[in-house]
Amino acid sequence: MAKEKYKKLRTRGHRVVLNRSAGGDTGITIVLSILGVIMFFPMYYVVIQSLKPLDELFMFPPRFYVVSPTFDNFTELFTLMSDSWVPFSRYIFNTVFITICGTLGNLVIASMAAYSLSKLRFPGRNIIFQVIVTSLMFHSTVNTVTHFIILSAFGWVDTYLSIIVPSMATTMGLYLMKQFMESSVPDTVLESARLDGASEVRTFLVIAMPMVKPAWLTLMIECFKGLWNAGASVYIHSEELKTFNYAINQILSGGIARSGAGAASIVIMMTVPIAIFVINQSKIIETMGSSGMKD
Amino acid sequence: MSQENVKTVDTARPVKRDEMSKWQWTWKEIKRNKTAYFMVAPFCILFIVFTVLPVFLSIILSLTDFNMLQFPPNFKGIDNYTRLFLEDEIFMLAIQNTLIFAAVTGPVSYIMSLLVAWFVNELPPKVRAVVTLVFYAPSISGQVYLIWKTLFSSDSYGWANATLMKLGFITDPILWFEDAAYVMPLCIVVALWTSLGTAFLSFIAGFQTIDRSMYEAAAVDGIKNRWQELWFITLPTMRPQMMFGAVLSITSSFGFGAVVDALCGYPSVDYAAHTIMHHLSDYGGQRYELGYASAIAVVLFVIMYGSNILVKNALSKVGE
Repeated sequence: MAKEKYKKLRTRGHRVVLNRSAGGDTGITIVLSILGVIMFFPMYYVVIQSLKPLDELFMFPPRFYVVSPTFDNFTELFTLMSDSWVPFSRYIFNTVFITICGTLGNLVIASMAAYSLSKLRFPGRNIIFQVIVTSLMFHSTVNTVTHFIILSAFGWVDTYLSIIVPSMATTMGLYLMKQFMESSVPDTVLESARLDGASEVRTFLVIAMPMVKPAWLTLMIECFKGLWNAGASVYIHSEELKTFNYAINQILSGGIARSGAGAASIVIMMTVPIAIFVINQSKIIETMGSSGMKD
Repeated sequence: MSQENVKTVDTARPVKRDEMSKWQWTWKEIKRNKTAYFMVAPFCILFIVFTVLPVFLSIILSLTDFNMLQFPPNFKGIDNYTRLFLEDEIFMLAIQNTLIFAAVTGPVSYIMSLLVAWFVNELPPKVRAVVTLVFYAPSISGQVYLIWKTLFSSDSYGWANATLMKLGFITDPILWFEDAAYVMPLCIVVALWTSLGTAFLSFIAGFQTIDRSMYEAAAVDGIKNRWQELWFITLPTMRPQMMFGAVLSITSSFGFGAVVDALCGYPSVDYAAHTIMHHLSDYGGQRYELGYASAIAVVLFVIMYGSNILVKNALSKVGE
């Protein structure tokens, strides 16, 4: 940060900064650094744990660095799970399968609904949107019991469908998509497409959807986050349908001896969402710019 | 609704409203917008089946003794509710824990999201991206919070015990997650650690969309420091994002059951971290007293909804 004083105005780079004292800048930097270290430390520690060989895992006091890093924990993870009842790869497949189906389904269904709610004027649309916003106000776990009744009425208990189908109607993605469409798809563009004879579905697919690519990504990540991190579902009993997160819990319940393998599985699990976020960060932030709720 | 209708007339659509009754006009509009209904239908059907219907079903079932086996269930009136509030001591404990948990994690995570986003906004773009990731990562990384169990493990291999023992504060390891005195505070810390999620991103985006010229105008008008700028300019402009963030923070402050389960086991020692969520899954998932569980769900629903309304009203006073 360049601190040039020119007529009492502080600048950063070439830009004049108003109302910013040097003391305040320092204070904020210190607070942010302390908080940042607290936030970062556990994440760092998982990675370190996963790379520690057995003797370093059992060291007192525990070290914050690895002397001889090894991938043994990762390989152990696979041997550990290969003699379990269900092959380890099955848990990974379940998580990936559920995540992909649910996310794609949510993307298709929610985008159509978002387009309709934001760009078409029809009786009832305000009520629909109000109900959806209200649903953001309560956590879905409230519905666990009644979900179970409904799912068993469909005969979906203990199938992939019990997780995939309800997740397609996640409201968060729809909400963000709708807000973003409202602010970034001009009505005039849609109107001219209609005048050229395009049907409503075509206008949606060819004109509107390409304009909201950042929102797709955000919607997918919102949905992905929930499904990828889904733990043991109460609606699934069969071992071969359970998710990777469930397997992680099983490994970790093995106690200290498994802490290396446990850390390794957590690292595998967290790498995917973090990588997706890093790649798409700017697009997600762009979408979030229109996330505001009007009262 | 009426406002919407007026707008439609303004854009000179084929149907003129004043030529017919309100119902006729609505029906015409519905027919004209067939495609719109087709597009919104798949989502609405799923949403009704998996979100709206469950809520109403809960309310109905909460008045019965439904248990999945006997059909039809007996109508019990408000018996489940009187039992909940007058006889169930563990439920009282659960309500207390839930409210403490929500009252701490909700506001703290909200304020933390807002302040960190504000601080982050002052950084140059590249640094900003990295710092955003550091703060946001715990919330998307799934069960990474399990590492806290290693950090605060009950033996001397845990970081917390090892440090305290080395410094000489304690001689024997503390059983962090098995001691009723530590369970709740630790869970709150971990919950806060994972709480900088979507609301946080929304704030970061909100700060970035504010027009720079407003700050220049404000400086001319006599705004003296960054705090005045925050209160009088930034926050009022950010109000829509703040509303959105508040809703998310409240919702998630009631939804940390999984964190508690993973860290303290279930049930937690002496019910020290027993929340309404746990009580719900206890009666719903284990004892199959679904009528009673539904009553618990309805109470939780009312608490969540009520706190949202309260906070929304409070937030409308920002910057005044």
